[in-house]
Amino acid sequence: MELLVSGGMTTSGAPRSRSLLLHAAAVFAFLYLPIVVLVIYSFNGQGVGGFPPRNLTLDWYRILFADIPIWDSVLNSLQVALVAMLIALAFGIPAALALDRAQFPGKPLFRRLVLLPLILPGIITGLSLLMLFNLANVKLSLLTITLGHGTALISVATTEVFAGLQKLDRAQEEASLDLGANYWQTFWAITVPNLKLPIIGAALLIFTLSMDEIAVSFFLIGRDNTLPLEIWGRLRRGITPEINAISTVIFMFSMVTIVLWYRLRMRAESSVAVGEELAEHGKEQI
Amino acid sequence: MFSRAYKTVVTLPPLVWVTVFLFLPYLLMFCYSFWSVSPSQTIVHSWNLDNYKELIQKTVYWQTLLRSMWIAARVMIFSLLLGYPLAYFLSFYAGKRKDLLYQLVIIPLWVSYLVRAYAWKTILGSDGVFNTLLQYAHLTKHPLDFLLYSPFAVVLTLTHIYTPFTFLPIYAALEHIPRNLVEASQDLGATPAQTFWKVIFPLSIPGVLAGATFAFVLSLGDFLAPLLLGGPSGIMISNIVVSLFGAAYNWPLGAAISLAMLVIVVSLLVFSERLEKKWSFS
Repeated sequence: MELLVSGGMTTSGAPRSRSLLLHAAAVFAFLYLPIVVLVIYSFNGQGVGGFPPRNLTLDWYRILFADIPIWDSVLNSLQVALVAMLIALAFGIPAALALDRAQFPGKPLFRRLVLLPLILPGIITGLSLLMLFNLANVKLSLLTITLGHGTALISVATTEVFAGLQKLDRAQEEASLDLGANYWQTFWAITVPNLKLPIIGAALLIFTLSMDEIAVSFFLIGRDNTLPLEIWGRLRRGITPEINAISTVIFMFSMVTIVLWYRLRMRAESSVAVGEELAEHGKEQI
Repeated sequence: MFSRAYKTVVTLPPLVWVTVFLFLPYLLMFCYSFWSVSPSQTIVHSWNLDNYKELIQKTVYWQTLLRSMWIAARVMIFSLLLGYPLAYFLSFYAGKRKDLLYQLVIIPLWVSYLVRAYAWKTILGSDGVFNTLLQYAHLTKHPLDFLLYSPFAVVLTLTHIYTPFTFLPIYAALEHIPRNLVEASQDLGATPAQTFWKVIFPLSIPGVLAGATFAFVLSLGDFLAPLLLGGPSGIMISNIVVSLFGAAYNWPLGAAISLAMLVIVVSLLVFSERLEKKWSFS
């Protein structure tokens, strides 16, 4: 902003900013083209191809809502995502605390190992877990998928919570301990409330990532499909606008989740801002 | 301030879980890569280097590995070319609309990976949107069939998927550049181009490295986009691994190829971390 105002930039900077603007518009078009096509063709009476779309219809949605296997897979995915989220939080939060506060042999290796699934292609994590379950004679099912998701997504919980811990003021925890609360009480009364935002953020992120996960699930699937694997199976058989319809529904659902999350965050941030303002005000009064 | 008991309670459970469900499986993959399959389709636990020999001797394996790296490299370059100027525009020129535009870059990430890949299939197919549009406008008589089922389609789709991932760290790096450095550079008489290349770009290199690594590594291991849009010429190394673990039933060889991929990925991560340390000034 300042750049645009300051003299040197406006004369020679104007054509540059215009070409940057054009580039940005082109990138946005590229990013949104498939999504727009997807939504429009979910109403197309002619099937998945052809231009322009003709005979707009709600038939695909009607077919979708009567499609029992799809809704079964949605329920499976919700179950998997919920339990995976709990696993990832149950181990990811302590892992972040351990990385922040404890010294133990092998700590650097532990940190790398926890974060590895985040950057590693899913196929490697999926296959190595497949080998483990095979060796332990565990039958592949939704449970193995859940364990896979939970383990891989510990990385997300740990990074988010660890970032929150870096900003946390330890004085509050110290005060709580000095005043006679034990570690367990301090954890629930001070640490967790202070980390509310990173924890909720991590939980939502883990949930959505698990709902969409396919590379790890691909190798750990038993008889019951998750939603992405159900969609995958249908894509292999041929494409139908019903997939567009379910994708549109998922997209709308994700949008609602994002908006809710930002509302929550804005409120939390503005309440912090309000709190700070009040504190400032209080100081002046004193 | 934290007692030994506290440290043990927060350390032990994640340590045990990660050892069982991450360390052990990766170790197992390492072991498998030295084993073999008997003619009766059982795993023989005798240690040898045969899988690695086969990996080097059979051209199909390392050629596919090279082709996958070439596809991943193109995805990385295109994602940077799309993502960097976008991040730069948002950080320095977007003004009040910065936050809104930032959200707009993130939103496509919330659309399922599979669904976006599939949407490109509807766009590129022979009776797809793009081809019918071309015929509708009389630009071509017959549908262009090289669009779908080619490495081109894979690169395009993966670029679409990883551009936001590349954008994010670059944008974060640009946002962290102190604005008074930029002003100082201008006050001291640098042209906008000089300011960009001498001040802004060097300071954004850690973000570029992170974004580039992300795009390269994740597209290198992809096997769904090639299956969906790649056709025979767009096969990638992970597709071979998938078939070795499936119909071809040669887990040890599949493990050896996966491990080769893992070595490439991890050395790249270490390399970019080193470079990042070299280039970060703070």
